[in-house]
Amino acid sequence: MNRMSRRTVLATVAGAMASRKIGGAQAPESTLVDPTKKPGRPSRALGERSPFEKPQRVPRGASGAWTPHQDLMGTITPADLHFERHHAGVPDIDPHTYSLLIHGMVERPMVFTLADLKRFPAVSRICFLECSGNLDRTAGPNTTPQRLAGQTSQSEWTGVPLATLLREVGVRPGATWFLAEGQDAAVLARSIPIDKAYDDALIAYGQNGEAVRPEQGYPARLLLPGWEGNTNVKWLRRIELSDRPFMTREETSKYTDPLANGTSRMFSLVMDARSLITYPTYPVTIPRGWLEISGIAWSGYGKISRVDVSTDEGRTWTPARLQEPILPKAHTRFRHLWNWTGAETVILSRAVDETGYVQPTRADLLTFRGPSSTTYHMNPITGWRVRLDGTVVYREEAWG
Amino acid sequence: MKHNLPLLVCVIAAIGGIARAQQQTPTPARFGIGRPATPTEIAALDIDVGPDGQGLPPGRGTAMEGAAIYAAKCASCHGKTGREGPNDVLVGRDPQGVFPSGKEVNVRRTIGNYWPYATTVFDYIRRAMPTPAPGSLTDTEVYSLVAFLLAANEIVPADAVMDAAALPKVVMPAHDKFVVDPRGGPKAKAGSRDRR
Repeated sequence: MNRMSRRTVLATVAGAMASRKIGGAQAPESTLVDPTKKPGRPSRALGERSPFEKPQRVPRGASGAWTPHQDLMGTITPADLHFERHHAGVPDIDPHTYSLLIHGMVERPMVFTLADLKRFPAVSRICFLECSGNLDRTAGPNTTPQRLAGQTSQSEWTGVPLATLLREVGVRPGATWFLAEGQDAAVLARSIPIDKAYDDALIAYGQNGEAVRPEQGYPARLLLPGWEGNTNVKWLRRIELSDRPFMTREETSKYTDPLANGTSRMFSLVMDARSLITYPTYPVTIPRGWLEISGIAWSGYGKISRVDVSTDEGRTWTPARLQEPILPKAHTRFRHLWNWTGAETVILSRAVDETGYVQPTRADLLTFRGPSSTTYHMNPITGWRVRLDGTVVYREEAWG
Repeated sequence: MKHNLPLLVCVIAAIGGIARAQQQTPTPARFGIGRPATPTEIAALDIDVGPDGQGLPPGRGTAMEGAAIYAAKCASCHGKTGREGPNDVLVGRDPQGVFPSGKEVNVRRTIGNYWPYATTVFDYIRRAMPTPAPGSLTDTEVYSLVAFLLAANEIVPADAVMDAAALPKVVMPAHDKFVVDPRGGPKAKAGSRDRR
């Protein structure tokens, strides 16, 4: 937990916080001498975290590693803790030989080097990036927010608007889709409606003030704010304009949503609104008294307009305070003050976005989608059970 | 009404001057950055195959030829007959005629019952398979594997020849089962309680 300074203040109100851990590891016995009685370390070329802070991604097999939301505060994910998900590993790409080809239904097929991309006028924006498979359906009580939904992260991305590059190549009339293709061993490819290019798509080469990390697509990736992670093609090597979608494997046999009505939904590209409490959650133990429930909420459709919090298992709901600035298509921090009296209960959060969409329950989702449609775009209201002894566990739900 | 014309001109000029001072450099129609792509370098990367067959290369293959390649290069991950895993199950349409929508439980999604386009099988195998050596298969090998997988799923006869002409004509059982997200996509706005 990186919340010690605030906790220290709260501790005077709430009593001893003996069971809390720091940075996911037990705090070592302090052998440090009084820092006011000897000179400190000299300056150095590259900073690093305090040795007391050890947040870690949790690798899931070879193809992913999830963000430790329970260790984070605010809304920006440190780049080395941004979740990673890939279909065939992380490629090593030389930025000096990297290039992006744009062709197909264009007047002038062109090649852009990384240096070329950086010569165009740049924009920066903060937005979340979430894998559409961001729910651990097998989660038991001893589940952290990281394990449950660690496939969403937030960065400030910098790059060139795709619209700028499309002006450069000259899109031919009739082009309605483009293929985005990666330079990884999966040569991952997705079809994207061209409207998104003119709306807010970026070719991003910057992440939180530095070059995009290899796991996030170095040296350049497609960034489609608010859209499912898989469409944000990393290690981008090629864009092909067309008058129809290409029907790649990733938009037909994968990343489609089977429905209860006997069909399956394809190109469900926008991530629906969701919220996730990040404190208090497993594995913390809380003392009786005042504490602040905190979490993140986001929507691919725009701004979060409200997050309701319930501390009585959903019987009553109260709007949480939202941390400004509330940005569109961005993690928004919510906070709710709560005086825990020691009774067992379940705490929940429910996001509402600016379109009026309300985060659904598990039952809502399963009714509409059907019992076997639980792989993609599951954004259920999530509960955390607070037990009599102050331990907090995930409220387990069956996902078929 | 009398106008103080000189003053009016001065005011307009002053406003115009301020506006000019605040104006950003206009964006040019083109920046002239980047270079033309040559046909050769486009051809080297342009590997996608569309549902209409556009992009399919020369070559041909049969299920019998594909069976041998499958056994050597695919079975270790997808099982001896394509049904066993441990990676994606490729073969099987059990029960026959059932599309594995959200209401079907215990129906495994395979090429045979869930993939809407046969061309996608070619595109995906050629770009990404086999996992340890992606992009190593010849076009003829890919055609053969596609023929094998379509025949194993009882979509084409066991002796069917797959090539650039035949593959786009294959109608997959799941072809008409997909709907493009009807919720309005990015343009969805108010009152969207039904966006599930």
